[in-house]
Amino acid sequence: MRRNLLFILMSIEIMLNAAGLAFVTAGARWAQADGQVMFIFILAMAASEVAVGLALLLQFYRQNESLDADAARQMKG
Amino acid sequence: MLELLFLVPVIPFASFIWLIIVGPRTSRNAVAAVGVGSIAVCTVISLVITGAYLASPPAGGAFTQVLWTWISVDGFTPQIAFYLDALSLIMMLVVSFVSFVIHLYSAEFMLESEGYSRFFAYMNLFVASMITLLLANNLLLLYLGWEGVGLCSYLLIGFWYQDSANGAAAQKAFIVTRVGDTAFAIGLFLLFTHLGTLDIQALMQRAMQQWPVGSTLAIVASALLLGGAVGKSAQLPLQTWLPDAMAGPTPTSALIHAATMVTAGVYLIARTHVLFSLAPPTQFAVAVVGAATLLLAGCSALVQHDIKRILAYSTISQIGYMFLALGVGAWAAAIFHFMTHAFFKALLFLVAGVVIQALNDEHDIFRMGGLRKDLPYAFWGFVIGGSALAGLPLITAGFYSKDLILWQTWNSDHGSVALWIAGLVGVLLTSLYIYRLIFVVFYGEKQMEVSHRPRWRIKIPIIVLSVLSLVGGFVNIPQMFGNVPALANLLHSALPEVVERHAAGITEGLSEGIAAIAFALGLALAYLFFLRKQGLAESMATSAAGRVIHRFWFADWGMDWLYDHLFVRPVIWFAHVDRNDFIEAFYTGVALLTEFSWRALRATENGRVRWYAAGITAGTVVFIAIVLWT
Amino acid sequence: MSVTAFYIAAVIAVLTTFLVITRKNAVQALLYLAVSLIAVAVIFYDLGAPFMAALEVIIYAGSIIVLFIFVVMMLNLGKRATAAEATLLRPRMWIGPTILAAILLAEIAYLLARGNTAASAAHLIPPREVGLALYGPYLLGVELSSMLLMGALVGAYHLGWHTQPKPETQDVRREHATSPDAGRGPVRSGSGRTVGAA
Repeated sequence: MRRNLLFILMSIEIMLNAAGLAFVTAGARWAQADGQVMFIFILAMAASEVAVGLALLLQFYRQNESLDADAARQMKG
Repeated sequence: MLELLFLVPVIPFASFIWLIIVGPRTSRNAVAAVGVGSIAVCTVISLVITGAYLASPPAGGAFTQVLWTWISVDGFTPQIAFYLDALSLIMMLVVSFVSFVIHLYSAEFMLESEGYSRFFAYMNLFVASMITLLLANNLLLLYLGWEGVGLCSYLLIGFWYQDSANGAAAQKAFIVTRVGDTAFAIGLFLLFTHLGTLDIQALMQRAMQQWPVGSTLAIVASALLLGGAVGKSAQLPLQTWLPDAMAGPTPTSALIHAATMVTAGVYLIARTHVLFSLAPPTQFAVAVVGAATLLLAGCSALVQHDIKRILAYSTISQIGYMFLALGVGAWAAAIFHFMTHAFFKALLFLVAGVVIQALNDEHDIFRMGGLRKDLPYAFWGFVIGGSALAGLPLITAGFYSKDLILWQTWNSDHGSVALWIAGLVGVLLTSLYIYRLIFVVFYGEKQMEVSHRPRWRIKIPIIVLSVLSLVGGFVNIPQMFGNVPALANLLHSALPEVVERHAAGITEGLSEGIAAIAFALGLALAYLFFLRKQGLAESMATSAAGRVIHRFWFADWGMDWLYDHLFVRPVIWFAHVDRNDFIEAFYTGVALLTEFSWRALRATENGRVRWYAAGITAGTVVFIAIVLWT
Repeated sequence: MSVTAFYIAAVIAVLTTFLVITRKNAVQALLYLAVSLIAVAVIFYDLGAPFMAALEVIIYAGSIIVLFIFVVMMLNLGKRATAAEATLLRPRMWIGPTILAAILLAEIAYLLARGNTAASAAHLIPPREVGLALYGPYLLGVELSSMLLMGALVGAYHLGWHTQPKPETQDVRREHATSPDAGRGPVRSGSGRTVGAA
């Protein structure tokens, strides 16, 4: 597990990319355009998610002085 | 006129309700007016009913007034109904009159205490319950009144509840009488199971028809009822609660623990006399209990120094006399003694209250002295009441009733010489302890100053009761002095006559003479020990044997110690041991389980995002696995 | 020919992805990620989705990775962060998730093995067909994703707002507290708040 928020976001991108790859492959397998359409949606979503996520990351860093995900423990019950 | 009967228990009950709800918000004068007034109305109605009854007695000597049917289940139909015959008439009259006088006294006596309306509420509830008990026509309603008076006794003993010792005394009273009440209840079950009814008159008839004399059922049933009576009337072996019950206010002690509640046992036995007649062993037990108690309590009274405790032991002793009378079959004599005892014992308690209040709550008689001139009403009250208690010949009520009992003890078919001698020794002891009390408190050197003098609301009850203690005996004058057995004649419509043994060795007059000698001896000894040669009493008390006897009698013949070791400690030990048994472990286990789950769940909420993400992943893996392989 | 290209690109993609997650330096990891994305683009082209390949390079590798790099440069973490990362890459840390991932991999492999895997040649699906599909049956999705992008834009703008520290709020309260006092006389002193009023 990585605690650095940046790496967490990177890993999310990798996952999304992998899902997109699966979609396109499936679309090519059955010769339909749907897979590529899904991939476009995924791409759009990944872009917006990166934008918001990085903005949050900047705020997080400003508040906690580090990128350690474990530093955000105020919700500890 | 007799239809007014139901008002006698209902009016005090209504005033109880008013006093509980509205009482705390009104003035003391209003509370006193309602509290005392309700009992006054009761007394007036009782007098009216008495007049009507005597003028034209109802058929069969008994009048029944049914209000409604209480329970109706499969042949068991007790009613709320009142039964008036000579026995309940006398008792109702005495109870309501003495209650009225004591309520009037407490209107002034309780002024300094807080909870004025609460006190009158409880006292009124008590009177309502007692009258219900006396007038009940079936044993279930009687038991209701029985429990009611027990409840009020508890409430009133612990009246000043801020002091936990009072609460403990109230608990002791309740628990000890509970033992008796349980026996009573079992007796009721037995009677109902075998005779099919609890209506008293029907019960007596069926018992006479179905149970031969000396049958086991009769013996067991009457023994159980005796158990109940012994608890409520503070006889051996359940007498330990009454001396501690003196923690309550003095009017309570006067009303409940001298004149009325403690005589409920006597009433019960008199009411169910048929059962006792059918069970000679039990009846003999009644007499033995009475005789033993009167001696035991007399000895204990002799060494006490709390003024109210002396009177408490005296009450136990006098009720022993009543039980003795019941045991030898002298039913009317027992009721006669109840009546006179109510007068002089209430009087004694009331004037004891005057003394206590005058000396700012001092109870120890050896710290009092020389109060003769300062508290004349108290002094004369004590003299008259004490002499009535001891049985000063001819002019006091106690003389007539006590001597009647002594004579019947010798004379009756069930009596014996041994019982008569026990009664005589009791007379000596009674005279000794009461004159000891009077001499120590009112003669000698004054040790404390009087700070509080009684006013009219206290003086009038004292005067009234003193007069009654003097003339109350004239309702039943024995053969020697004029032979006017008016009371006995009246009661014969309800209670059987004494079966006499005609091979008597002595006459009634001789018995009375010997009793008078015993009285005089006691008085003389008291005079000697406590007025003249006080050193003699001291030396006797501090000798080796004297000290042992003194301690033994002081502690009520060790009965408290006995009960403590026999019953209380084992139960407490067992409760401690049982505290952590396996059932407890079950509940503790539930708590521990909850705490454990809490800890476990708390650990999952650690606020770390990675942890939550891992949780999601693991969940996904599991779900996919489930979908694939099921 | 296309088969070997596919395998080479696949191996590069897996390898570089593994390298991404095991680097200590954020910039190194990002660069490897870029390479991985380009390898995936090659695979797309091989599968007959040239438009997707182009999009992958332009948007994913081109703008998203660049955004990441911008943020890393802005944060300017330095050597200390790199050293901290090193202490955290212990086997104890990654053994659990690795097991979970391995189970997932096994499930997917099982699924693939079970399904009908008639390996067919990759058909070329021209962008024209994709466009027709997008503005045909998937029109709603297009509109929704446009709204999503709009929301992300606004959100990122707000979240990135650099707030200036406000002046002490006590001053503001004191200013407000004087106004209720205006009506009272000199009898009442203090802040005008009733003490202990529940």
